[in-house]
Amino acid sequence: MTAVASFLLLAGCALALLAGVGVLRLHDVFGRIHAATKPGSLGLLLVCIGAGLMVEGVTATTQLVAVVVLQFFTAPVGAHLVGRAAYHSGLLGSRTVLDEGIDRDADAGSAESD
Amino acid sequence: MITVSVICFVLLSLGAIATTIRLVSGPSLADRLIAADLLLTMFVMGIAVQAARTGDGLYLPVMIVVALVGFLGTSIVARLIEKRGG
Repeated sequence: MTAVASFLLLAGCALALLAGVGVLRLHDVFGRIHAATKPGSLGLLLVCIGAGLMVEGVTATTQLVAVVVLQFFTAPVGAHLVGRAAYHSGLLGSRTVLDEGIDRDADAGSAESD
Repeated sequence: MITVSVICFVLLSLGAIATTIRLVSGPSLADRLIAADLLLTMFVMGIAVQAARTGDGLYLPVMIVVALVGFLGTSIVARLIEKRGG
């Protein structure tokens, strides 16, 4: 039981580190939302399962389940709110949007001008 | 279990340091909001690791409170960004 709990705790904390690195390294608000929400939720799930294997009593286990349920309901809603707010305030960068038609027209125009 | 919890705290601390750099330097308010939300999630994970280390659930209600208040703050600041611009 302790080995399984240790593995789950280590995996969850490694996912938290991955989320932090993703938030630091990705270049756009939407990439950072993607990096923060999914590994954060999965890491919290794994850590709470690992802690639920170690603690004793029904009350503690119920609280851990409540935290996981709250996180899995509120994290997508919060990420959606932040993403919508960022989109409406014009934070969608040119490195995120890939429109190949515009690029092709630009190339054709430059070729014609040459 | 002590060794595992120490390794877990080190991993969480490194992730929190990276998130704090983004929280301080993030160019827009949305970046800072995401970083603050992720920091609260890491705080909750730290409380869970501490509960697994000691074996009792003394601080587990703090996790629920922090998760709820974190979502409240995220949604309110997201509305602020939407009205004011980020």
